[in-house]
Amino acid sequence: MANIRNYTLNFGPQHPAAHGVLRLVLELDGEVIERADPHIGLLHRGTEKLAETRTFIQSLPYMDRLDYVSMMCNEHAYCLAIEKLTGVDVPLRAQYIRVMFAEITRVLNHLLWIGAHAIDIGAMTVFLYAFREREDLMDCYEAVSGARMHAAYFRPGGVYRDLPDTMPQYKASKIRNAKAIAELNANRQGSMLDFIEDFADRFPKCVDDYETLLTDNRIWKQRTVGIGVVTPERALQLGFSGPMLRGSGIEWDLRKKQPYDVYDRLDFDIPVGVNGDCYDRYLVRVEEMRQSNRIIKQCVQWLRANPGPVISENHKVAPPSRESMKSNMEELIHHFKLFTEGMHVPEGEAYAAVEHPKGEFGIYLVSDGANKPYRLKIRAPGYAHLAGLDEMCRGHMIADVVAIIGTQDIVFGEIDR
Amino acid sequence: MASKLEALKSVVEQVLGGKLVSATLALDELTIVCKAADLTDVATTLRDHAGLSFEQCTDLCGMDYSSYRDEPWDGPRFAVVLHLLSIKHNWRLRLRAFAEEDDFPVVPSLVNVWNGINWFEREAFDLYGIVFDGHPDLRRLLTDYGFVGHPFRKDFPISGYVEMRYDPAEGRVVYQPVTIEPREITPRIIREENYGG
Repeated sequence: MANIRNYTLNFGPQHPAAHGVLRLVLELDGEVIERADPHIGLLHRGTEKLAETRTFIQSLPYMDRLDYVSMMCNEHAYCLAIEKLTGVDVPLRAQYIRVMFAEITRVLNHLLWIGAHAIDIGAMTVFLYAFREREDLMDCYEAVSGARMHAAYFRPGGVYRDLPDTMPQYKASKIRNAKAIAELNANRQGSMLDFIEDFADRFPKCVDDYETLLTDNRIWKQRTVGIGVVTPERALQLGFSGPMLRGSGIEWDLRKKQPYDVYDRLDFDIPVGVNGDCYDRYLVRVEEMRQSNRIIKQCVQWLRANPGPVISENHKVAPPSRESMKSNMEELIHHFKLFTEGMHVPEGEAYAAVEHPKGEFGIYLVSDGANKPYRLKIRAPGYAHLAGLDEMCRGHMIADVVAIIGTQDIVFGEIDR
Repeated sequence: MASKLEALKSVVEQVLGGKLVSATLALDELTIVCKAADLTDVATTLRDHAGLSFEQCTDLCGMDYSSYRDEPWDGPRFAVVLHLLSIKHNWRLRLRAFAEEDDFPVVPSLVNVWNGINWFEREAFDLYGIVFDGHPDLRRLLTDYGFVGHPFRKDFPISGYVEMRYDPAEGRVVYQPVTIEPREITPRIIREENYGG
């Protein structure tokens, strides 16, 4: 007779499918999970405590480093919280730019997710395809902010600067001849908006390619259908949000239900799953990429037609332009005060949430009137999702843990903060 | 939006009655305060009452008010702040409860009301030392195994007390007292009312 023993297995923190530094202590009965106990905090940097000792603007780049695959969405929530407290008006053009980049970020996030999730489960190819498109979007980040990832582009009161008129070009090198370079630069001849539009025209075809590889793939379906099922009631109880909630069939998207910036002017749909398993969440995220693409296109159209200021005129919050700073005494004082002492945010507390690619990302900001926050609490969507991992894993096989971690879209920057 | 919050406020005042310490409307958000002893009752009512139905607890965090406005704080030092969300009615609510004692802050655990709050309570315990009475598994979560102290309290220095390094003689990592001084590059300033017009 076969003798089945119980095991306690240590999964991670150095495991390629642990998506970073997750340490999972799994209690197994044979190959079946009885209990999963995630140990987190290996990437804990104390961002919230650090923010208490920095001025409001100095804390902004920390936001990029929270969820380091959807950088601008984190900044977005932080800026919205400050704007709520200070009551600054954001120019319409800045709002459109932010929405456009928030959606570019969503596509970036979902591309990384689809690649990593597929490679975890065994489909190698998708990763390479997804990273090809990610590269173009990273170039957009770089063109607009100077950094491929940690952009610090959104600022309280607007965005750091307007969209550039030119895109950076590939230069001739040893491995590419002039003809190849010209081909690479073909869609970089116009402005940045032209480049984004070209991407948005190409992108639906790319999503079709990923779907060809996965959606009807027999192995993919065997690994995801019926795995990690969450009922809508449990999803609410466990504090799930974003695709984890929509995959379970609850139509809830902050962009529609509690719109911020200009989402209420844009036309898009919310995909909703039926069964609440890994496969439905996969379908939801794929459709979200298509919807984001739609939003990006609408933003490009609007931004082409409507030039204007991109940051608030309130110089207690946003810096004056270099030109006026050098010619106007008052602006010089504003500039000096803003960069030495920082902005003073009125006493009060505010919670601002955005529909982050992973779910509801919220910033709870308490200010006592100083130039630094009194308390900054970051509500990370992945944190609540990972807390539900135990319940989602129970009764599944050990190989399914990898699929469930993948479907939760875990990123440790935001969970450990 | 404002009228909706007014409606929410009147329902909350009506339903909670004497258990409500205060209800404030500010910046399109409703904040209510209740006593720590009533927290479980209040939370259950907020979740189950058909006119409120806060099905989801988005967030729970600890707060340390001891150096608020850089003045001695009058009142209980520690509080928990919850952010609730009702998907049915599409509204949010902030619920705050102060822990009675400063030396050993205790508030009741709400794990049975919203299951997802488990880790948020562990985090508040870890970082602020707020004890959640009735929590099934109140271990440290974010800090290191064997960490001493509660790092987000205002009297805990930003650089901490110990640092870790590899000791080649002992062949393992060791803890030692921190060798860096905390420094403040931009001082923290609270301006008086109507400063600079």
